[in-house]
Amino acid sequence: MSTRLTGFGRLIDRSKPLRFTFDGKWMRGHPGDTLASALLANDQMLVGRSFKYHRPRGIVASGAEEPNALVNLGKGGRFEPNQRATTTELFEGLRAESQNRWPSLDFDIGSVNTYLARFLPAGFYYKMFIHPRPFWKHVYEPFIRQSAGLGRAPKDRDGDTYEHFHTHADVLVIGGGVAGLQAAKAAADTGARVFVLEQTAHWGGRAPVDARDEDRIAGQGAADWVAATVAELEAMPNVTLRLRCMGAGVYDHGYVLAYERLRDHAPDATGPRHRLWRIRAKQIISATGAIERPLSFAGNDIPGVMLASAVRDYVVNYAVSPGDRTVIATNNDDAYLTAIVLKKAGLDVPRIVDARAQGGGALMEAAKALGIRVDTGRAIAKVKGGKRVTKVQICAQAGEGGVLDEIACDAVAMSGGWSPVVHLWSHCGGKLFWDDAQAMFRPDAAHPPTGADGQGFVTCAGAASGALDMAHVLEDAHAAGLAAGKAAGGKAKRTKAPETTARADAPIEPVWLMPQGAKVELRTKTWLDFQNDVKVSDVQLAAQEGFESVEHAKRYTTLGMATDQGKLSNINGLAILSDALGQPIPQTGTTTFRPPYTPISMGAIGGEARGVVFQPIRRTPIHGWHEAHGADWEPVGQWRRPYAFPRKGESVHDAVMREVKNTREALGLLDASTLGKLIVKGPDAGKFLDMLYTNMMSTLPVGKCRYGLMCTENGFLTDDGVVARIDEDTFLCHTTTGGADRIHAHMEEWLQTEWWDWKVYVANVTEQFAQVAVVGPNARKVLEKLGGMDVRAEALPFMAWADGRIGDFDARVYRISFSGELSYEIAVRASQGLAFWEALMEAGAEFGAMPYGTEALHIMRAEKGFIMIGDETDGTVIPQDLGLDWAISKKKADYIGKRGQERAHMTDPGRWKLVGLETVDGSVLPDGAYAVGEGLNANGQRVTIGRVTSTYFSPTLGRGIAMGLVKHGPDRMGEVIDFPGTDGKTYRAKIVDPVFHDKEGAKQNV
Amino acid sequence: MLILQCPCCGVMADETELAAGGEAHLKRFGPGSSDDDFESYLFNRVNPKGVHFERWRHAYGCGKWFHAARCTATLEVFGTYSAQVTEPPQEIRDKISARRPGWRWREFG
Ligand SMILES: [Zn+2]
Repeated sequence: MSTRLTGFGRLIDRSKPLRFTFDGKWMRGHPGDTLASALLANDQMLVGRSFKYHRPRGIVASGAEEPNALVNLGKGGRFEPNQRATTTELFEGLRAESQNRWPSLDFDIGSVNTYLARFLPAGFYYKMFIHPRPFWKHVYEPFIRQSAGLGRAPKDRDGDTYEHFHTHADVLVIGGGVAGLQAAKAAADTGARVFVLEQTAHWGGRAPVDARDEDRIAGQGAADWVAATVAELEAMPNVTLRLRCMGAGVYDHGYVLAYERLRDHAPDATGPRHRLWRIRAKQIISATGAIERPLSFAGNDIPGVMLASAVRDYVVNYAVSPGDRTVIATNNDDAYLTAIVLKKAGLDVPRIVDARAQGGGALMEAAKALGIRVDTGRAIAKVKGGKRVTKVQICAQAGEGGVLDEIACDAVAMSGGWSPVVHLWSHCGGKLFWDDAQAMFRPDAAHPPTGADGQGFVTCAGAASGALDMAHVLEDAHAAGLAAGKAAGGKAKRTKAPETTARADAPIEPVWLMPQGAKVELRTKTWLDFQNDVKVSDVQLAAQEGFESVEHAKRYTTLGMATDQGKLSNINGLAILSDALGQPIPQTGTTTFRPPYTPISMGAIGGEARGVVFQPIRRTPIHGWHEAHGADWEPVGQWRRPYAFPRKGESVHDAVMREVKNTREALGLLDASTLGKLIVKGPDAGKFLDMLYTNMMSTLPVGKCRYGLMCTENGFLTDDGVVARIDEDTFLCHTTTGGADRIHAHMEEWLQTEWWDWKVYVANVTEQFAQVAVVGPNARKVLEKLGGMDVRAEALPFMAWADGRIGDFDARVYRISFSGELSYEIAVRASQGLAFWEALMEAGAEFGAMPYGTEALHIMRAEKGFIMIGDETDGTVIPQDLGLDWAISKKKADYIGKRGQERAHMTDPGRWKLVGLETVDGSVLPDGAYAVGEGLNANGQRVTIGRVTSTYFSPTLGRGIAMGLVKHGPDRMGEVIDFPGTDGKTYRAKIVDPVFHDKEGAKQNV
Repeated sequence: MLILQCPCCGVMADETELAAGGEAHLKRFGPGSSDDDFESYLFNRVNPKGVHFERWRHAYGCGKWFHAARCTATLEVFGTYSAQVTEPPQEIRDKISARRPGWRWREFG
């Protein structure tokens, strides 16, 4: 069993108990525990089930690399799935649940999958699609759906807050082990501004656990040296130290994301939970250490099989024994440390199984001196046990697994060697090389990630660069710190790395499979990826089936695709793949390392940008009035516009109907302030607008307005609006509400990058003016009541504009209409907008003035057959499709989009064209519905011949009206066509003229 | 997350301030051009691994367009320059030649 020891425990405070629950059961721990160490202290080795086969899973590691111990944490607004128990600090009342099991962790129905294993081989997800449709519909799909995803998705809104910090650093050191601290010290001594990140809650990394009794750094023990160095760094004004802060990703030009967990360990503290640091660093030192590799032997996934370094961590740091009797399996000297620690803790180590024929160096002798039996040239043939290890079978490493011996035990500590954490080095393009002697991929210092100056900006230091013993680590880190400080502008210093004790370890011998010639029944029980259930046999099958690229084999087998991103499995997997392909490991290469290093919360990514500050809302000067008068809002771009103004007890639909009717019969007011207003000014303004619009703008007389269309160079319609000529050199271009910024940018792009010698300036004055549409038969009456300028038809005819005064306001009045009614669009200074609106409402009361919203606007424009950008257009529609040929100049040699519209596909007479649609029964056509014609297409589906682009109930006509694009539509007036709805009904509609109301324009031109 | 210096206002602009505008120094083809020329102008882009000329806009800054010469493989920036030129200025070409001896692209040798 696993239990709390009386000795050791450097990180826990035994004087204080903490209580927490796991699957509803109360357990005890201490401050300083991780959830994983506390679970082990309560003999809870079984912590979850694997993804595919629901195999029992125990804790394997002690840090960020943990693949198995994933739990649901918290509840309600603080519920979070897939949290690693090994990096979760214990706190009073912590609540954890195991995942991927039903009905319980101990008795899990899904574990039947393990007996189906031979039906779920590598590439299962791909292979099943070969089978006929009914088979995957009724057999595979339900299975995949049921087994999709670990953990549960949170249901409640996140109850915590998050923030982003931005900072700059000369030298950013990622990793606070001895390498990171020494590098930081060396860099800080050059005068550089240094930022140091450590992902755990403690400085020093592995050194305090892994230092041997005789080890000294500058004459001190490792833990003392760490404490002294941290104190020195803390005292330096140019150094910032952050614990619980993970370097998540390294990006172009020294940009780094770091993820600080501020309150995960102290949920009752105030302030944000996580902080995302957005750092620009001149130089980055990746002192991210190394991760121990598992060994590949049969049954290596049974709870109780752990990394040797993790076993050591649990004993030394947390005073937890993973087992009473631990067998050690190794191919290097490091695991002997674990044996020695266990023995010193009074625990039993019945055997060290060393795959190397010659065994280890000085540490082996030390272990033997403690009375531990060492078998060299031996391997684990198989681990026996179900939810916990019960015994191991021993065989020769050189053979195929013939059992020589059996040892009863309840834990196995394995070490397959160490892999430098090269993720941050690799994110932005740092290259790796294979070091045969140490059996590891190491950063290739000659090919670093490069910055804007073409020089490297990342250096690896210590174990991350492949230096494994203390002396090398400190020398390497010191040199990295000095070089980075200098490269970042610090002063060169002649400082030295601290003196350390030399070691005499025997070299590692790579072991990728245990035993070397393991039989197939062993290989199908030998796990590489514990979370995703990928076995040695799966990778071999992938190679056999032709997945020779490591990237393909990864996706085919899902090796390394789980939430741990293969921190334990990748190297072992690609070694197996290389072996299967008969090629050396470097030829196979690694998969791509992508940020983040470990998962970061969505909350941290979002930061403060949620709720009302998710994005800024643009408000017109009249916004407050709308709000006070019950507007039902509609987002349009970043604006909020009133959709309608429902009255008490009135539905939104009824309000819209009333607003249309009132505007057509009396007087409606629309806040049109959001319409884009661009001033285009200069001697070449006319010439420029002739290129931008499809029609001729240079001939527009001063004082007049003209409706214009704008296309992209492809020929597709992108915006429309009314242009007014203010004076000889000045035009005011109205754009759509959503188009103002885009069209402004479009104009600037052409002016700055193509016609830069044309004398034109563009200014976006959208927010400088409030604009009100005064619409309806009584429109003139209210303006005349307010008094001021002459607004009679003789003085201000349709499609003219004039400056003057309306009541107490300076106004620019455009006689333009988007509703078909008598209409004045009146712009006043933004600061006067609200007062002007209120004056109109007051004066208009006797004429039936009512505000109307965007839906009434839409219905009225549809009744008139006016197109709307974004409804009738979708980026594939040209003006000719919409019957707008009248707005396309035949005289102009060129305009943006002209050449595009001459392409064969654009002049095809079979293009769908705009028509009106009237349902035969007066109902409303479903939006976006497709019309079908005779025959079937290549997929056996009905041929489509058109679609609905706008559809409304028209209160004016008392029936449904619609516009749509239909093949040969304008030639098919009067024909009835079918629109199958998604509700199973077929809607029938007659093709008609798109102008439904007042075809002659008699109402607007008065 | 590149950093490019806007040649118009001098700011060292973070990529979040900038909007990318694709390949630089395209020649516009309008009415009267052949289908091949027009297609090439609209759609065909070089996408090189190595030295590249791009259009950028200092969208959340001064609003001006400019050109950048950089290496798409190493992220090295050779320089930024005015949008109002039809080919890279000699000073930029010299900088590229110094870092990539013998490079050739289009007619700019
Ligand atoms: Zn600028």
